[in-house]
Amino acid sequence: MSNTTTDVAVCPECEGSVAVADVERGEIVQCPDCGAELEVTNTDPVTLQLAPEEEEDWGE
Amino acid sequence: MLLSRVRVEEKLLLEEFRKRGVSVERIDDREVIFELGEPALMCEVVLERSINHSRALSALRILNDWGVRTVNTHEVAAVCGNKLETSTALVRHGVPTPRTLVAFTPESALEAIERLGYPVVLKPPIGSWGRLVSLISDRYAAEAILEHKEILGSFHHSIFYIQEYVEKPGRDIRAFVVGDQTIAAIYRHSGHWITNTARGGEASNCPITDEIDHVSRRAAAAVGGGVLAIDLVEGASGLQVLEVNYTMEFRNSIETTGVNIPAHIVEHVLQEAQKAAAA
Repeated sequence: MSNTTTDVAVCPECEGSVAVADVERGEIVQCPDCGAELEVTNTDPVTLQLAPEEEEDWGE
Repeated sequence: MLLSRVRVEEKLLLEEFRKRGVSVERIDDREVIFELGEPALMCEVVLERSINHSRALSALRILNDWGVRTVNTHEVAAVCGNKLETSTALVRHGVPTPRTLVAFTPESALEAIERLGYPVVLKPPIGSWGRLVSLISDRYAAEAILEHKEILGSFHHSIFYIQEYVEKPGRDIRAFVVGDQTIAAIYRHSGHWITNTARGGEASNCPITDEIDHVSRRAAAAVGGGVLAIDLVEGASGLQVLEVNYTMEFRNSIETTGVNIPAHIVEHVLQEAQKAAAA
């Protein structure tokens, strides 16, 4: 479900604050502090975990 | 919708479904468990948007065997996910495509490269975003790449897919086909010979000429039809099809072309759902 307000979540890599708005579960955001790619695992409240690394069969 | 990572594309598609009041169940390919022969899905149609080709291919096989209609079908994913399968389908249907040779050992691959003449393009049959695609301009480079592939590559790098390099005017064309219509096309400009927008290629609008429309729809039909992105190159003798993508990305092509690509995809999916309901 989409989220209409801005949420602040904690980066699991550097524990910095990551502000996100209107995110979907499964979406990828970047931590502004450490640059880690993070996956939105929940939207209410927003939780983040490190995004999966690119695999050889990824693509379009 | 079958997916894991929600790219801009998936977000736009979900939004288009929402606008139409259509309920969408998300199937996360990291969590789903399929039991063969035991259909366990209450929906008219599944839109496949997995970022992993191997998951998409397996899931579509099972869903289609369950009798679930999918966009795209397993057949289309199997053909488009493998460049060798794509090329043989194009050749079988008489769609213009660059000359392609296939060999199974480094020695025969080198012979094939020399037969085709430099420069040639060596591509892994499975792969996307231009990964591990090599432009080989002389024998020394050919020997080095073939040796690296032999020593470092996994088994599917032992199928050597060798293609004539088509000189292009600093750009190629990507055309989007949905159902039986070419809905939009972009030029992909790059100073590099790899023009993928995932690799920094710049997109601009490409007017759909009769030739682009004709060749793109023929290429789409050759691989089984559905929602497809056709990569074309402007050769000296006309347009040639390089490859066909079955889970296409389109984020850089909506503003560029002024065409609401996700809306076209969603309308196509809903038409498929109606067909499923009527069947």
